[in-house]
Amino acid sequence: MILVELRKLFRRPRTWATVAVLNALPVLVAVLLVLTDLAPRPGEGPPFLSAVLSNGALYPLAALAIVLPLFLPIAVAVVAGDAVAGEAQAGTLRYLLARPAGRTRLLVAKLVAVLAFVLLAVVVVAAVGYVVGISLFDAQPVAGTTSVSGTSLSSGEIAGRTAMAIGYVGVSMLGVAAFALFFSTLTDSPLGATMGALAVLVASSLLFTLDAASPIAPYLPTRYWLAFVDLFRDPILWRDLTRGLALQGVYVGVLLAAAWANFTTKDITS
Amino acid sequence: MSAVIATRALVKRFGRLRAVDGIDLDVRAGDVYGFLGANGSGKTTTVRMLLGLVLPTSGEVELLGERMPRAGRRVLPRVGALIESPAHYGHLSGAENLKLLDAAGPGGSWRTRGRRVAEVLEQVGLGGVGRRPVTAYSLGMRQRLGLAGALLRRPDLLVLDEPTNGLDPQGIAEIRELLLELHRGGTTVFLSSHLLAEVEQLCSRVGVLDRGRLVLQDDLATLTAPTGATVVRTPEPDRVRALLDARVIAVDGDRLVVRGPDPAAVNALLVGAGIPVTALALDRPSLEEVVLAAAATSADRVEAVR
Ligand SMILES: Nc1ncnc2c1ncn2[C@@H]1O[C@H](COP(=O)(O)OP(=O)(O)OP(=O)(O)O)[C@@H](O)[C@H]1O
Ligand SMILES: [Mg+2]
Repeated sequence: MILVELRKLFRRPRTWATVAVLNALPVLVAVLLVLTDLAPRPGEGPPFLSAVLSNGALYPLAALAIVLPLFLPIAVAVVAGDAVAGEAQAGTLRYLLARPAGRTRLLVAKLVAVLAFVLLAVVVVAAVGYVVGISLFDAQPVAGTTSVSGTSLSSGEIAGRTAMAIGYVGVSMLGVAAFALFFSTLTDSPLGATMGALAVLVASSLLFTLDAASPIAPYLPTRYWLAFVDLFRDPILWRDLTRGLALQGVYVGVLLAAAWANFTTKDITS
Repeated sequence: MSAVIATRALVKRFGRLRAVDGIDLDVRAGDVYGFLGANGSGKTTTVRMLLGLVLPTSGEVELLGERMPRAGRRVLPRVGALIESPAHYGHLSGAENLKLLDAAGPGGSWRTRGRRVAEVLEQVGLGGVGRRPVTAYSLGMRQRLGLAGALLRRPDLLVLDEPTNGLDPQGIAEIRELLLELHRGGTTVFLSSHLLAEVEQLCSRVGVLDRGRLVLQDDLATLTAPTGATVVRTPEPDRVRALLDARVIAVDGDRLVVRGPDPAAVNALLVGAGIPVTALALDRPSLEEVVLAAAATSADRVEAVR
């Protein structure tokens, strides 16, 4: 069943189109940076972008930071929102369940497929970022790189911390996926499910900037998204990272439980 | 005879609407069961409840001797279904769609998958369709592909909701032949339809649904059994009236309905009196008459209850 869902997802042209679009923006930014040599000053623009002109090995992080606020969540919400509602809209859901695929199994398989997509998206963005980074910018293979805190990091440390950053962004996106998957079991319209998840994220980002909302700020799903920057402090600042992981864990757990409870007791009238 | 589909006081409410209102279906092994009903009478809702897609408000469903939806994982692999309209992944070919569907549940070995898919495609007349994506199929081809999906695991029971939707007359005849052939092979067929002619030609048992209630369930042969009268055609109806008088039930031009269960006896009587007879037949109600009579009375009853 899981293999079936993975096959369906990755045989679909749209999946690859999404991944391609996702990579277009970081590549464009890189090209513009090289052509103009106008990097944002440190502390402005997306994190890490100011540093990439001197060290292309940091470009995977810059690429993640570029797509994180909007592109990546949209891509994840599209795929996860489509998971159940897309089958319902196409009418294939009733045939899958009459086959019988089993409602819980189907949901788990969908979840794994979405998970695979999140991983693929994040890893491809990082990989393309790396290729673009070392081919367009100066790479500094030996010399130490300056951490955000000003001390220097070896390229081994950079690699390890980049991997952790990829994992952290993946977990953040899992939260988005959980929202979209939950909405996907509520409605028969994949667009509705995707929009629902995005509405949550937009609301969360907006509330985060609002002082009046500060009491609930620590619980907003997007609150700790950018905490992966803390991985590049020296020493690593774990506080926000662990909070971010715990928060996403709670959201994912609760939403998946709700999705399961809803999907296994719902009338399939699509 | 064992029950293949049995429901007891099955009810489904959508809000205030009782879409299915306490029906007791009884479909036995070897039946070709025609499930008739007007638009919106609850056929599709019932089919969905049989398959565990819609959960009943109350009542029980037993499929192949086991309780649904609990036993779905054991029972449904032995059931082939076509629900309302076929649905496929448009960007994939017909064969790929069938393979994915087969792989999505228990009871279909991957070793035989390719062969089984090719077989059912042949069976429904799509053998030469090749690798074209389903988006490029005509409506009739999609309907055939849907049927192929239902046949993929050689089911003991076929549940088909309006399977001939969108097919041309040749296609309908072809599907009818296919269903009869499967039935001869031992498959029980449950066929929902609002096409009386289709059911009359195909089915051995009939259930009629009217606004969620099962108003009729019987063998087709019983429902359309001779009424005990004989239909006579003659160019001289007046002389028949004069001869038989009170035995004439109805006259319509040259067609008379005469009481008397034996056409031969009626014929002997008329010929003996020198009245020419051009046609002679047992009087049987058509399925349409039976259904309309049943549905009409129950419609009144529902109205009165409100
Ligand atoms: N999801 C739903 N929500 C509310 N009412 C519904 C729902 N599905 C069906 N109904 C209602 O239930 C009744 C029965 O519908 P159903 O689809 O079972 O009819 P049907 O006999 O299959 O009709 P048709 O011949 O047109 O296919 C209809 O009045 C319909 O409006
Ligand atoms: Mg219907």
